[in-house]
Amino acid sequence: MQIVTFTRSTPDTAAKVEVNSSGVVTWGDAATVVNPWDEYSLEEAIVQAKNTGGKATVIAIGPEMHNEALKHSIAMGLDEAVRVQADDLDMTDSLGWATLAAAAVQKMGNAELVIFGKESIDVATDQQVYQTARKLGWTMLSYVSKILAIDTANKTIKVEKVLEQGKQIITVKLPVVISVMKGINEPRYPSFIGIRKASKAVIPVWTPGDLGVSLPGKTSELVAYHNLPARAVQTEIITGESVQEKAAKLVDKLLEEKVL
Amino acid sequence: MDFELSNELKMFQKTIRDFCENEIQPHATAADETGVLPWDAIRKMPHLGLLGLQVSEVYGGADMDTLAASIAVEEIGRVCGSTGLSISAHNGLGCGPIVRWGSDEQKTTWLPKLTSGKFLGSLALTEPQAGSDLLNGAQTYAYQDGDEWVINGTKAWITNVSFAPVINVLVRTRKDGSSHDFSIILVEPDRAGVSVHPPEKKMGLKASPTHMISFENVRVPSQHLLGEEGSGFYMTMQTLDSGRISIGALSVGIAQGAFEAMVRYAQERKAFNEPIANKQLIQEKIANAAVELEAARMLVYKAAWVKDQGRDYTKIAAIAKLKASEVAEKVCHDAIQIHGSYGYSRDYPVERMYRDQRLMTIGEGTSEIQRIVIARQVLREFHHS
Ligand SMILES: Cc1cc2nc3c(=O)[nH]c(=O)nc-3n(C[C@H](O)[C@H](O)[C@H](O)COP(=O)(O)OP(=O)(O)OC[C@H]3O[C@@H](n4cnc5c(N)ncnc54)[C@H](O)[C@@H]3O)c2cc1C
Repeated sequence: MQIVTFTRSTPDTAAKVEVNSSGVVTWGDAATVVNPWDEYSLEEAIVQAKNTGGKATVIAIGPEMHNEALKHSIAMGLDEAVRVQADDLDMTDSLGWATLAAAAVQKMGNAELVIFGKESIDVATDQQVYQTARKLGWTMLSYVSKILAIDTANKTIKVEKVLEQGKQIITVKLPVVISVMKGINEPRYPSFIGIRKASKAVIPVWTPGDLGVSLPGKTSELVAYHNLPARAVQTEIITGESVQEKAAKLVDKLLEEKVL
Repeated sequence: MDFELSNELKMFQKTIRDFCENEIQPHATAADETGVLPWDAIRKMPHLGLLGLQVSEVYGGADMDTLAASIAVEEIGRVCGSTGLSISAHNGLGCGPIVRWGSDEQKTTWLPKLTSGKFLGSLALTEPQAGSDLLNGAQTYAYQDGDEWVINGTKAWITNVSFAPVINVLVRTRKDGSSHDFSIILVEPDRAGVSVHPPEKKMGLKASPTHMISFENVRVPSQHLLGEEGSGFYMTMQTLDSGRISIGALSVGIAQGAFEAMVRYAQERKAFNEPIANKQLIQEKIANAAVELEAARMLVYKAAWVKDQGRDYTKIAAIAKLKASEVAEKVCHDAIQIHGSYGYSRDYPVERMYRDQRLMTIGEGTSEIQRIVIARQVLREFHHS
């Protein structure tokens, strides 16, 4: 089965991300990494492609910096990678992003399963996931914690999904878009063979023209970025004769502050 | 001149670093305390090519150049000296001679095992009464009896013996008093007559096992001879030349780990109302460490590069190993100094790093021997010119 997954390069989680004096978000010269949630979707795409005897393709939408994430994906074992570049795409415009994503999936022709990570840590949202499913007109299953079976003959997929109240086991008809949780698998490290392949890979670039779409008008406008106000933290050391006394005082404090 | 690592190497380095930080670093303190290598991590190493860095892919290796192999060892050393030493010895001393001089049969028999993640390779040169001076001092002797070699003697300070499917053992096969007296024979540690003594109690590198091993009328088939009879000393010197690049890389890695710890600590620890990193005497140590580390790393990379170019690398390998091991000593020393009493405590990793690095000026040729090698080469060059 042809499986498609998406990824993007995001600042290293250890990097210090801030808004500089010109109002631009920067993370110094810290490296970018694969969006951490995508490690799980990439792994799942590799596993399911193998299980179904199919192929897994990874797509990134955005400028060249996202090639890093694509190369990491190939090094992990994805069969092929594509980058979609639209010069006038604002990466915070999820509808524009989803329009390109859905068109890219359709261009693959025979894709039946799209796997997303839970969200993107750079824009801290997952709305592009649902918008992509909507644009494709496919069923959307979010927070999948396990793929239990894929029946390629009858074209169904059975998954376990996390709900607030517990778990749900559900079988739906393909094609579907799913988003997967951390813990669905243990993402593999790139292998030396994969790294060798990735470092030689030439990643094709598709434009909106190649996809036969144009970006919809923006529905939102980004006005400005601001750094978070510095948090005023007050430290107090609780004193007392015994551990019991200190604990009692601590509990009183917590009750006073309505923490408990 | 190009000081940039290739894209492939950068990716490899980043992957190894992630792996080491996630799979080895969290266990480094426990490894030191219990004397047990982080085997869960080692079993995952074949996927990354770490157990066959310069072994052909046919035998499960990664077939990398010396620069890539050095970077891998450096990254492991940065988080755990014990794992670094065992992996360095495995690749350079255990696999290396079989890759270079093994027959097809020897390669097919041993290399897939060595790259599997279940074993670590080993080379036995040193003896209780001889380390630097193997030529005059090594006594372990083997004679041919029918189609078997019979080995008698004792080897000491041998890394990885307890995990080796086979050990490359340096033996005398003649008694002419020349460098052609030696051969290398492959011996499985479970052969009758082999005794592996209890692990040595060491100052550092405690999880990397070091054993004495005795051979009493140990019989192995004649096909266990590695390369040609009489070429053992030559093979040893060749193996040590390349092993030295790896020990240099390991030294740089340990120094890098200590360097990062000391800079971070200097920025956090306050004295006299400000981070100690603001004090000029602390900055002097940080600056010196940065300079020395950079110099050591460049020498190791250059030695690896010279070897990869197929040129004679005896001198540059000795230079790199000497410099890097002495830099590790200095950097780890200052890392403890900057940590004050915490540096002297087992609760901070610099204490372990200091003990671990101490071997680097001893193993695979002491600093004295490196200086002898370097001086001999330099004098020879001047003699020729
Ligand atoms: C943790 C560890 C792991 C090891 N792993 C292995 C292994 O896997 N395989 C293996 O074969 N060996 C191994 N060794 C042994 C190591 O290689 C030797 O210890 C080393 O080569 C030095 O030999 P030696 O200890 O016999 O010292 P010696 O040769 O006795 O030297 C003692 C001192 O005299 C100095 N010296 C010697 N000759 C001269 C000279 N001509 N001029 C000036 N000074 C001189 C030396 O530099 C040293 O300072 C290991 C050792 C340790 C501690």
